[in-house]
Amino acid sequence: MSLNAVKSLPYQFAKPPGVLRLESGQTLGPVTLDYETYGMLNAERSNAILVLHALSGDAHAAGAHPETGALGWWDPMIGPGKAFDTDRYFVIASNVLGGCKGSTGPSSVNPATGKPYALEFPVITIGDMVEAQRHLIDHLGIHKLLCVAGGSMGGMQVLQWVASYPERVASAIPIATTLKHSPQQIAFDEVGRQAIMADPAWNNGQYYATGQPERGLAVARMIGHITYMSDQSMQEKFSRKLKNSDYSFSFTADFEVEGYLRYRGDNFVKRFDANSYLYITKAMDYFDQSGDKLIPPGKRVDTRFLVIAFQSDWLYPSYQSQDIVQLLRARQADSTYCEVASTYGHDAFLLEIDEQTHLIGHFLRKTFEDISAGGLR
Amino acid sequence: MSIPTVRLDNRIIARLIPTESRVLDLGCGDGELLALLAREKKAKVQGVELNEQSIYQCVAKGLSVVHSNLDDGLKGYPDHSFDYVILNQSLQEVRNIDLLLREAFRVGRRAIIGFPNFGAWRARTTLFFSGKAPVTESLPHHWYDTPNLRFLTIKDFKQYAAENDLEILESHYLSSGGEIRLWPNLFAATAIFVISPFRHHG
Repeated sequence: MSLNAVKSLPYQFAKPPGVLRLESGQTLGPVTLDYETYGMLNAERSNAILVLHALSGDAHAAGAHPETGALGWWDPMIGPGKAFDTDRYFVIASNVLGGCKGSTGPSSVNPATGKPYALEFPVITIGDMVEAQRHLIDHLGIHKLLCVAGGSMGGMQVLQWVASYPERVASAIPIATTLKHSPQQIAFDEVGRQAIMADPAWNNGQYYATGQPERGLAVARMIGHITYMSDQSMQEKFSRKLKNSDYSFSFTADFEVEGYLRYRGDNFVKRFDANSYLYITKAMDYFDQSGDKLIPPGKRVDTRFLVIAFQSDWLYPSYQSQDIVQLLRARQADSTYCEVASTYGHDAFLLEIDEQTHLIGHFLRKTFEDISAGGLR
Repeated sequence: MSIPTVRLDNRIIARLIPTESRVLDLGCGDGELLALLAREKKAKVQGVELNEQSIYQCVAKGLSVVHSNLDDGLKGYPDHSFDYVILNQSLQEVRNIDLLLREAFRVGRRAIIGFPNFGAWRARTTLFFSGKAPVTESLPHHWYDTPNLRFLTIKDFKQYAAENDLEILESHYLSSGGEIRLWPNLFAATAIFVISPFRHHG
């Protein structure tokens, strides 16, 4: 069963004379974050869970969208009786800073010029995204989050929350993610960015009056989709199946996989801003919580961790999750790790519902019990 | 609701562990022992397990458990971060015993090791009379499907301990009928030892 999404008014902060100070040293303001909530905050304010989306996600994580009716990106996981059980917990889904889904990003109007920021928008980091979310959580009157959870780039934000505000996070669920991008992951991001910037329509980011670089952005998305699947899942989904009965002996999409990628690419350009793609992938590449950064040596963290990886995920291979676990062991943080057998590749965090529901459901219940018994420290 | 019976070896191990100990169970299976220790000994427990389904069972019990292969070692755990490291029915499945035991005594003060005794009379007689690799209660697998890499007797283990400067602080021997004391290498199906690195005096 899916719930009705509660579309809150976007939250605006860092209004003049205030500013949001960014990691780069630059400032930004005012800042708007789009968010949705599901379930009810309890009287103790101890049941709040922050759910964080991946590269192209948005604040619509669950339920039917009040206008379009579309289900949220993690709808099978969030709702009554689901992993993030909205009968027990108050779930907040926030869009990221730098995005294009109702939050401040390069396509937003720069109050200084009255025109879209485009490349005037400062380069942002995962740390900046979390700083913006922290303003939202303060605004909602929540001191300590029961849990922060997310997959892929959402998982990076989870780790960043622990690094920035460990005392405000009772538990953390980083899924299919990493402490830092490997050269291979940076390389895929760079190819995507180059595809966008090589499109003449990109015009150095100044395309808001003329239309965005659709070809470049579509190619970036196609590359992305390849990395989100696995050899086996592509085999099962497409094999070498043809769209028509025979080869066309031309460069139209003969194979189903070609058609699928084109369809995905073309759809993506209708809903996503090319400059946002540049800024967000750059933020992912800059992210690095390895070594002593996540939890400094000698520091004890009370946060409980549930780390999840997927066997066939070659974009965020399980060794990267194991590196997280090893780091948590070294700091004696309470941690659980599971590598789920899946053939879906990186997409598994959106598709392997039963396993994640079991792991997350029990993990949250235990965390909530402990907190309710011990009170919020 | 009926109370599920706790396995005898787990009950014995639980008795051996003082309250509020920090315990790491290597090859913790479905987490029965850890759950018992957490509940009855207020122990701070953690498990390591290779089998994915067992991970789900542990998580359902509210336990913290890491999905990994013991052959990958105990990297990350700080020195002396546990009072007890448990290797119950898992030592015989490990590839590099020396390395794992060195690691166990790096992260823990003491180890509790339990293993099926290949010297038990049932195993001996099967091999002797039928000429076939023994399949018994404590060695339930066939040669082609056993997870066991090693087949050792109580005598073998004692010799290993002596040669590697390990002190056996306590020994418990189990047969199908319960705990036994007499001629364990012949009558015990399973042995449980509490060991620590030998402290040289003087």
